[in-house]
Amino acid sequence: MNAPRLNSYRTGPDAQGHFGIYGGRYVAETLMPLILDLEKAYEAAKKDPSFQAELDQFLEHYVGRPSPLYFAERLTNRFGGAKVYFKRDELNHTGAHKINNCMGQILLARRMGKTRIIAETGAGQHGVATATVAARFGLPCVVYMGETDIERQTPNVFRMRLLGAEVRAVSSGSRTLKDAMNEALRDWVANVEDTFYIIGTVAGPHPYPTLVRDFQSVIGREAREQMFKAEGRLPDALVACIGGGSNAMGLFYPFLDEPSVEMYGVEAAGHGIDSGEHAASLAGGRPGVLHGNRTYLLQNDDGQIIEAHSISAGLDYPGIGPEHAWLHDMKRVNYVSATDDEALEAFQLCALQEGIIPALEPAHALAFTSKLAPKMARDKIILMNMCGRGDKDIFAVAERLGAKL
Amino acid sequence: MSRIAARFSQLKTQKRAGFVAFISAGDPTYETSLEILRGLPKAGADIIELGMPFTDPMAEGPAIQASYLRALRGGQTMAKTLALARALREDDKTTPLVLMGYFNPIYSYGVERFARDASAAGVDGLIVVDLTPEEDQELRLPATAAGLDLIRLAAPTSNDYRLKTIVAGASGFIYYVSITGPTGTKQVNPADVAVAVKRIKAATSLPVAVGFGIKTEDDAAAIAKVADATVVGSALVAEIGRFVDGAGKISPGSAQAVLSLVARLADATHQTPR
Repeated sequence: MNAPRLNSYRTGPDAQGHFGIYGGRYVAETLMPLILDLEKAYEAAKKDPSFQAELDQFLEHYVGRPSPLYFAERLTNRFGGAKVYFKRDELNHTGAHKINNCMGQILLARRMGKTRIIAETGAGQHGVATATVAARFGLPCVVYMGETDIERQTPNVFRMRLLGAEVRAVSSGSRTLKDAMNEALRDWVANVEDTFYIIGTVAGPHPYPTLVRDFQSVIGREAREQMFKAEGRLPDALVACIGGGSNAMGLFYPFLDEPSVEMYGVEAAGHGIDSGEHAASLAGGRPGVLHGNRTYLLQNDDGQIIEAHSISAGLDYPGIGPEHAWLHDMKRVNYVSATDDEALEAFQLCALQEGIIPALEPAHALAFTSKLAPKMARDKIILMNMCGRGDKDIFAVAERLGAKL
Repeated sequence: MSRIAARFSQLKTQKRAGFVAFISAGDPTYETSLEILRGLPKAGADIIELGMPFTDPMAEGPAIQASYLRALRGGQTMAKTLALARALREDDKTTPLVLMGYFNPIYSYGVERFARDASAAGVDGLIVVDLTPEEDQELRLPATAAGLDLIRLAAPTSNDYRLKTIVAGASGFIYYVSITGPTGTKQVNPADVAVAVKRIKAATSLPVAVGFGIKTEDDAAAIAKVADATVVGSALVAEIGRFVDGAGKISPGSAQAVLSLVARLADATHQTPR
């Protein structure tokens, strides 16, 4: 299949929230009036300069933006090909890109007069970022987290509690991120009057995929400007890991209409795509409807959702944002994958070579970068999103490496 | 006239509200749910809602979630759900049968094939919880072509403007979700429901069935005063759940227990004067 080259890849979604056949609003009717309100409120906020000014102010002084663009010289030399740059979103407050979106959404929640915040979390990074902004603005916060994830991410559970959030264990279904999202949606349906649901990735019913993308696009906008300062030109390739796909969407979006820029989204291949134990919705799934949108999903022949697997709890989701599904079909972005073992190797390599302990999520992006860079000439440039730091992962990695803490 | 329209017109003549029983297809096994299905009309169910099990039913409370998972663990598939419908139709030609569930298993089966097969199996209508009017055309057109009603939901949050969107293109009946929250999780408030039903009736001539928060005979009687039908689901599948232990072991007697609960709830509905 040869997808036609479009004049712009930045016109979506349509008025009903569709990116091609993906996206949309597949929710209980009870939520529709709220989702329509949210859409209206977001459209109004976008046109209001005071909203953007307030957001920018918090991004600069609270989140710590702009995050640096860093030339990874030793890894570049080691890979022996293209120059590798990191966009250092792991240096943000709370240690990942997640807070870019949470700050935008909580300002929107305040604008809408909502007084209670809920969120879902897998690894706990989005939960921590949500609990952080909720604490900052004095709003009560409930975070839904699968029982399985609570066991494997105890430090983040404690962080959320320190920040005043109530972490509710989800024991339904497979007890991981997808079930936490179901439970958050159920909470929202039950508390429609006062509650704002801060979704952590570019998925969910319209307008979430769009507004999360827009709030995360600060990554790509900054990187573009910084790259012009550093190299006087655009990068040749962008690389980012993909669970739901918010950090990738944030990096890619401002570059989508630059035909010279290749883009690579790296899904988690777990034990390998062929093993069936992975989280690669595009490589190993097919289109379906879950959590408010149509997108590629891991599912069995009967349309039942299959549990995802990845060493990285943040990529451990059986779906992907609908805009990625569309960009995949349009062939604008190349979607590739990296296994648990490859990510683990990249994780250690980055620590030793650059003195940066990456989160296991961007370790997947680095694993792919290590294969891509040697194939590109030395005057080419790769820009990789270092979207989170690895402090949260040291326990999981220690266990895998057989180290006692 | 469709079975659904015929049943509501019959109920109107009898000056009583109808009782709608929900069970999940294949919970806890195919055989038991067939036994329950076959017993429902005699126990007093005027309409049957058969749940299509799904791993991620985001609008369901714990009782129906557990019920769906029991069915899936028992090997239930969409093909088997349609087989259950066919089996019911072999000896019951009049009780309306509505399939209820989520879009993904339908989409995965193929919407046109699903509409055709469901209609051929004797199904009369579909309720798809996560298909909003904005998204339901994809199923509504083939369903209508196959002679199936696509039943839309209205909620306590549906304002008059929203109701207009919902009733335009609705068929069969309107399913009014009586609480804000997942199925079976909050207590229904009959006074609020009365106001809501009146608003819906002002917007459409379709009958209004009320469900999501009705658990007891008293609830059913109170709602029967103000709605065209009462729907009970969570309480019924919770009754089935009492016969399945944590390890999935099933003890006998669930069908009789559910049917006797249906009889009590149906009586409470039917005996309420309208």
